[in-house]
Amino acid sequence: MGLKSTLHNLKEKYKGTKMAPAFNAIHTFLYLPNETTHSGTHIKVADDLKRTMNIVIMAMVPCLIFGMFNAGYQHFSALGTPVEFLSWDAFYIGLIKVLPLVIVSYGVGLGIEFLFAVIKKHEVEEGYLVTGMLVPLIVPIDTPLWMLAVAVAFGVVIGKEVFGGTGMNILNPALTIRAFLFFAYPTWMSGDKVWIHGAVERDQLIAAGENLDAISGETVLGSLAQNKGAGYEIMDMFYGFIPGSVGETSTLLILLGGLFLIFTKIGSWRIMLSSVMGALAMGLIFNFVVDTGWITESSKFYGLMSTTFWHHLLIGGFAFGTVFMATDPVTASQTNKGKWIYGFLVGFISIMIRVFNPAYPEGVMLAILLMNVFAPTIDHYVVQGNVKKRLKRLKSKVA
Amino acid sequence: MGLLSKKDANLILDPLADNNPITIQVLGICSALAITAELEASIVMAISVLFVLGVGNVVISLMRNIIPSKIRIIVQLIVVATLVIIVDLVLKAFAYELSKTLSVFVGLIITNCIIMGRFEAFALANKPWRSFLDGIGNSLGYGVILIIVGFFRELLGSGTLLGFPVLGDPITKTGLYAFGYENNGFMLLSPMALIVVGIIIWVQRSRNKALVEDH
Repeated sequence: MGLKSTLHNLKEKYKGTKMAPAFNAIHTFLYLPNETTHSGTHIKVADDLKRTMNIVIMAMVPCLIFGMFNAGYQHFSALGTPVEFLSWDAFYIGLIKVLPLVIVSYGVGLGIEFLFAVIKKHEVEEGYLVTGMLVPLIVPIDTPLWMLAVAVAFGVVIGKEVFGGTGMNILNPALTIRAFLFFAYPTWMSGDKVWIHGAVERDQLIAAGENLDAISGETVLGSLAQNKGAGYEIMDMFYGFIPGSVGETSTLLILLGGLFLIFTKIGSWRIMLSSVMGALAMGLIFNFVVDTGWITESSKFYGLMSTTFWHHLLIGGFAFGTVFMATDPVTASQTNKGKWIYGFLVGFISIMIRVFNPAYPEGVMLAILLMNVFAPTIDHYVVQGNVKKRLKRLKSKVA
Repeated sequence: MGLLSKKDANLILDPLADNNPITIQVLGICSALAITAELEASIVMAISVLFVLGVGNVVISLMRNIIPSKIRIIVQLIVVATLVIIVDLVLKAFAYELSKTLSVFVGLIITNCIIMGRFEAFALANKPWRSFLDGIGNSLGYGVILIIVGFFRELLGSGTLLGFPVLGDPITKTGLYAFGYENNGFMLLSPMALIVVGIIIWVQRSRNKALVEDH
C-alpha cells in the first residue's frame, strides 16, 4: 500500500471524529484531496493555499541554506580561525544551530494549529507553513529554544488564532513572534553578542574568569548607529557575509527569492517596488539633511543618516522584510493603489525608525507591523475614492 | 447568605463575574494597564478604589434627592475628589514608597470610569445600603481583575510576588534561572497588560457563552 492510500484510509477511518482535521491535514498537505465536486461545471486549480505557501517556502530555502553556511563562517571568523565560506565545517555549525530553530518553530506552531483545528472542529489551516519557515530566518542564531517556543505560542495564539485563524489576522504572525521576542528578551535580540554563535558563551566564560578574548559581532546597523562606520565592504553586504539574523543577511539570495515570487505571481511586485522606493526616498532625505550641514558628526544620528541612501537596502533586515513579510497577502493592502501606498510607507518608515531610534535598530519589523494595522484603512479610502469617482461619472452621464 | 437578601447579595456577586466592570463593561481599563506591573501596587489600588467607591456611593445616594440634575456631574466630581485626596494623603503618610510607585494614578482614580459610572447608574437612583453594596461589589470586581493581572505580570515579568523572589535569583542564577529561564520584559510593558486582560475576557466568555455579544 502506498503512502497516498495509507493516508487516505486513515482519513476515512477517522472521518467524523474529533481528530479528523489532523488526519485530513496530513493527507491534503501531500496529495490532492480525493473528494471532488460531481455536479456542475468546475475548474480544478493547482495553486490552492498549500501550494502557494510551498512556493514561498521554496523561495526562502536558499536564504536558509546560506544562513547555515554564514552562521558557521561568522562563528569561525570571530574565533580567529577562519574557514572557507562554502566548507563543511561552516555548514555543520550552521546546521546544528539552525535546524533546532526550524524544528521548534514548526513543532510548536503546527501543534497549536492542530489543537485549534480540533477545538474549532475545523480543517487545519495551512497558514503556519510559511510563518514556521520565516521565524527561524529572522531570529539571532543563539536564540534559546524555549524562548522561541514561548514566542511562537504567543504569536500564533494572540497574533492569529484569536482573530479567527489564517486569513483573519491583522498582524503578520512571524513578525508578531519576533516583536514578542524583541520586547520580552531584549538581551537575546540585540547588542553585539547574539548574532554570532558562541559569543554569548564566550562572554560567560570570561565572566567566570577564563583568560579569553571577547567576541564582538556587531551588525552593520549596530556599528553605524554608534558612528563607527559600516565595517564591511558593500559587496560583502550584498552577498551576505555579515553578522545578522539567520536568513536576512544575503540581499542577493533574497532578491532572487523575490524575483521568483514575482515570476510565480505570488508576491506583489507593487509592494516590493514601492517599499524600495520609500526606503530610497527616506534615505535621500537624510542624505540631503546631512549635506546641508544641519547634522554634524557629533550628532548621534550622524552614522546612520550619512549612510549613502541605497546602502540602506543592503543592511539589516530591510530586504528580507520587504520581500517576504510586507508582501504577506493577508496583512498587506488588497487594492493595487493601496499596495503602492502601503509599500511606500513601509520603506519610508523602516528607514525613519532605523535612524531615529537606535534602541530599536530593526525598523523594518516595526514599520511592517505598523502598516499592517493601517492596511485596512488604506484599502477603505482607496475603495471609497473609486466609488466617488464612479458616482461622479454616473451623475455627469445622467445630467 | 443569611446576612443579605438574595437581591442584595447579587449586587456584590454580579460584578465579580458576569457583570465585571473591567471584562464585561470594559471600564477602568487605563488604571488596569498602568499600575499592574507589580502585585502590591495592584492590591493597594484595589483597596483605594474599594474605599472611594464604597463611601462615594453612599454619599451620593444620601444626597440623591437634593442634587440638581444639571450640576450632578460637578457634585459627583467633588465627592470623588475629596475621597481620593483622603486616600492620597493616607498613602503618603503610611506608605510613602508605594505612593511614589502609584504616583499620579491615585489622583487619577477621580477619572476612573467605574466610579462615575456607578454614581450615575446606581447611586443616584438607589438607597444608601444598596448603593454601598453595589459600590463594594463593583470595586471588588475591579480589584479581582487587577490582582489577577498584577499576579501574572509580576510573576512572569520580574519573577517575584509582592517583592519576594519566588522563582529564584536572576543574578546569582538560582532556582528556575539556573536552567536558563529569563524574565519576560514584555510583561512589564503596558501592552502586555492589555493582552492579559484580553485573555481573561477570552477565558470568561468561552466559559459562559451568554456573555458573547452578537454582531
